[in-house]
Order: sequence, then C-alpha cells, then structure tokens
Amino acid sequence: MKPARLLNEISLSLKYMSPGGMTVKHIYMDYNATTPLRPEALDALLPYLKEDFGNPSSVHWAGRAVSGAVEKAREQVARLINCSAAEIVFVSCGTEGDNFAIKGTAEALRAKGDHIITTTVEHPAVLASCQALEKQGFRVTYLDVDADGMLDLQALEQAIEEKTILISIMWGNNETGTVFPIEEVGHIARKYKVRFHTDAVQAAGKIPVDVQSANVDLLVLSGHKIGAPKGVGALYIRKGSRMVSLLHGGHQERNRRGGTHNVASIVAFGLACELAGAELEANYHRVKALRDRLERGILSSITEVKLNGHPEKRLPGTLNVSFSYIEGESLLLNLDMKGIAASSGSACTSGSLEPSHVMGAMGVDVALAHSSTRFSLGPDNTEEEIDYLLEILPPIVQRLREMSPLYNK
Amino acid sequence: MYTEKVMDHFSNPRNVGEIENPDGVGEVGNASCGDIMKIFLKVENNIIQDVKFKTFGCGAAIATSSMVTELAIGKTLEEALELTNAAVAEALDGLPPAKMHCSNLAADALHEAIKNYKESGQ
Ligand SMILES: Cc1ncc(COP(=O)(O)O)c(C=O)c1O
Repeated sequence: MKPARLLNEISLSLKYMSPGGMTVKHIYMDYNATTPLRPEALDALLPYLKEDFGNPSSVHWAGRAVSGAVEKAREQVARLINCSAAEIVFVSCGTEGDNFAIKGTAEALRAKGDHIITTTVEHPAVLASCQALEKQGFRVTYLDVDADGMLDLQALEQAIEEKTILISIMWGNNETGTVFPIEEVGHIARKYKVRFHTDAVQAAGKIPVDVQSANVDLLVLSGHKIGAPKGVGALYIRKGSRMVSLLHGGHQERNRRGGTHNVASIVAFGLACELAGAELEANYHRVKALRDRLERGILSSITEVKLNGHPEKRLPGTLNVSFSYIEGESLLLNLDMKGIAASSGSACTSGSLEPSHVMGAMGVDVALAHSSTRFSLGPDNTEEEIDYLLEILPPIVQRLREMSPLYNK
Repeated sequence: MYTEKVMDHFSNPRNVGEIENPDGVGEVGNASCGDIMKIFLKVENNIIQDVKFKTFGCGAAIATSSMVTELAIGKTLEEALELTNAAVAEALDGLPPAKMHCSNLAADALHEAIKNYKESGQ
C-alpha cells in the first residue's frame, strides 16, 4: 500500500504554473472540500468501467459478475460505522443522503408530528432540506452554538416537544472541524424516542463513528471525502425506520432508492471505507500532529489571529483561523500563487454576499468572518509542507495588512 | 476566473499606501460586505497629481483599487468624475460576473475623495 501512496504524492506535487506565472509545487490543504482518489480505490474500480460492465440487477452472467461486488462494498461501508449491510443504502452523494434522511423522515412521520430540530451550523444539504420542509408547513428549530461552535445539550433537550419527529445534528463540522457530542445527542434522542439523523460526511474515517454506541438512526457518508470518487455516498437507515423514498424507480436498494447502481464508484467507496477504518488510528495521530504543528506555528508567528472552532473537540485535520484586517479570498489567491490550496469563509469564496453562516452562528465579528481561512489536512500531507506554509504565510499576511485600511501599525 | 490583468494588479498593486496631508479622502464599502476601499488624493491646479489606496477585500477589490489609481493620475477632476466602475472593470479586461457588484467600487471611492476635496473648500 505504501509505494502506491508515495507515487500518488509525487504526482500530486508535480510542478505547475501558478496564476502569477512562477513555477511552484502543488500542496493540497483542502481535504474537507474533497480528497484525491486513493490509488487502491482506482485499481479496484477500473474493471467495473471495463470488462465488468453488467447491471447488478440482471440475472445473467454479466449482472452476476458485479452484484457480488456491490454487496461486498455494502459490507465494507457497514463495518466502518458498525451497522449491518442491509441498513446501508447507496446514494449519489452526501447531499442526496441528507435530503433523503430529512425529507424521507418528514414524509413518513408526518402523521406523528411536524417538528424538526437541527442546528444553525449544518451543511447546506441539511439546512436547505429543512427550509424546503418549512415551506411545506413543517416547523424547524435551529439550535444555536456557542463561540467555540459547540452545541448546548440542555437547549436540545428543551427544544424537544410532543410533535418532534426528527433531530438532525452533524457529527463533525466541515468548516471548523468542531465535533459535536453525538453520543449524548443520541442518548437524548433515544430518551424522548425521537429519530436521530447525523451528517457524518466529515467525521467518518477520521474519528470513530459507531451508530450503535451513539444511538444513531440515520447517518450520511460521502465517498469523495475519504479517497473514493465524487458522486457516491451512503445513507444508513436503522432497521425498522419507516422512510419515504426520494428517488422512486426500480427495485434497487430494496425499493428504498431507485436507479441503476454506480457500480465502479460503489466498489471504490467500499474499499475506501475499509482502508479508512484500518488506518483510522494511525491517520488520526499523524494528521493531528501536522495540524497541531501548523496551528502552533501560526499562532506563534502571526499576531491577531483568531482560532475558529472548538480548541480541543475538533476533527484532527481541520484548522480554521481568521487573520485580523485581511479578507479571505485575497489571502487564498496569494497562497495559491505559492502552490497552496486552502479555502475561506469569505463571501467572495462562498458565491453569496454573506460570509460563512457557520462563522455568523458562532458570533464571529463580520470582518473576521470574511477573513476566516480553512486549512484541512489529510494523510498525504507532510511536515515539510507545513513548514513551507509557515515560512510563506507571515509575510503574505503582513503585506495584505499593510494594504488594509483597517490596520494601524 | 480572474483575467491576467486582474492578477497582475492584485499581485503587484500600484500606488498602495496613504498620502500624508491629502487634499481629499474617500471611503466606500463596509466590513459586512467584505470590501472597504479608501482613496487618498493630491490635487494641484484641478489636476490629480497623486492617488494612493488602501483596501480590505478580495482579489477584485484590490485590483480595481490599483487600476483606478493608475487611471486617475494626471486627469482633471472633471475627467476623473467621469470614470465609472464599469470602465475600471473594462480596463482590467473584465471581472467575473459575481464581482461586478460587490467588489467593483473603486471609482465610487475616487468620486468620494473628489467630493471630500471640493467640500473641504480648496
Ligand atoms: C458536512 C457535509 N455534509 C454534506 C456534504 C455534501 O456531500 P457531497 O459533496 O457528496 O454532496 C459535505 C461536502 O461538501 C459536507 O462537508
């Protein structure tokens, strides 16, 4: 496995022309946005784009050759989150999984109630699904978070009412990496007999995710965050949970999700889940050590930097910081010219006029929200890359600050 | 997504800084929209002798600020008042559509600075 990874690293680091015209090395620090395809996953999927082209629903030799592969992947996915294979439904992406979980529950349990509880910092896949349901007459409580982005469990408990049919609370936040106390949420949900959905797209494969110990009823995964291709994901549906399908169609996925399987991507996704599980502990420590090195380095070499997110309860690879007086996109462009790929919560990078809703929910000052910058690391990053970033970052920040009307030396 | 000219003005911005004892100062934007531009003027005989800028904002905000300073220097106040945000964007070979509204305010900042110069009675 290691030689293949190394090769991948080298090809990732090929020289290229930056927007500024200079030749620089590519350094990827945006693993929460997406991850490179693992070489093992690529090897595993290729046959299903070539000779093993059959439809897994077909009874003949061509179908039989691939239906086993889909079922094997289902078991690999199930093992990562400790459920049974029959409880896994393959979907086209994390967004579909969240839509399915929330809308499929709302429709199925409409007679029982009309109230949903979620948080203000969820991914848009969850927030927009809830807003769509509000237009249909459902009521949604959006729980606030504190300045560290942490959830108040008492507020959750107080929000539950007779008519509450779903609690949807993410496991790990994509922007700040803040990890919610999911076991406690699951405990509360079970106590009040409310169905519990969690978006574990960022958490799975990075920290232990166990639907049994956390009493989770619905859980969403996305392949491209853990080294599988984009466009594949899974929804775990606890046995016995009544759901209405999002995609009505054929009998695939035990009538829960119509549509011919994306066999190649599902195979790669299964393998990626297996590898993520096997490497979880080693990768956790490795990635966290890199992230901590970066965090310490930034906080000690640059003044007026704010850490966004929980200082401890955080995904191992995520670091979100705001540099006072400068705007995020201009910082990203400067980093990009030096080969470094990161992301920002500024309005300019979100494609809207507002900065990140997550920063807003944490009460981050609006100028600091525009300045928020996320470095998200993965197992392929190295200490050398961290040290290179720590070398180039302070002068970039200083130059932008000297250009800023908000900055008084 | 940005043109070469935008990237050039972004990475090597012209006329960054402040003018000591400026004849006019103009500021537009606010922190909530993510862009603040401040323009400083030196005016002599109705002609803009020097312009400097300070900007908090994205790549487009910095590039348009830089470009407007280049366009304004040497112009009469009347000519400078005719400079539009659209003309600044055009001089940069265009901006991405999303940036045309939020980050394309440099000409407004220049006009504010000219207004400030006139109001201060010089
Ligand atoms: C927390 C979270 N949920 C959902 C998604 C959506 O996943 P996908 O890109 O597969 O639709 C993402 C990825 O952007 C995410 O980070």
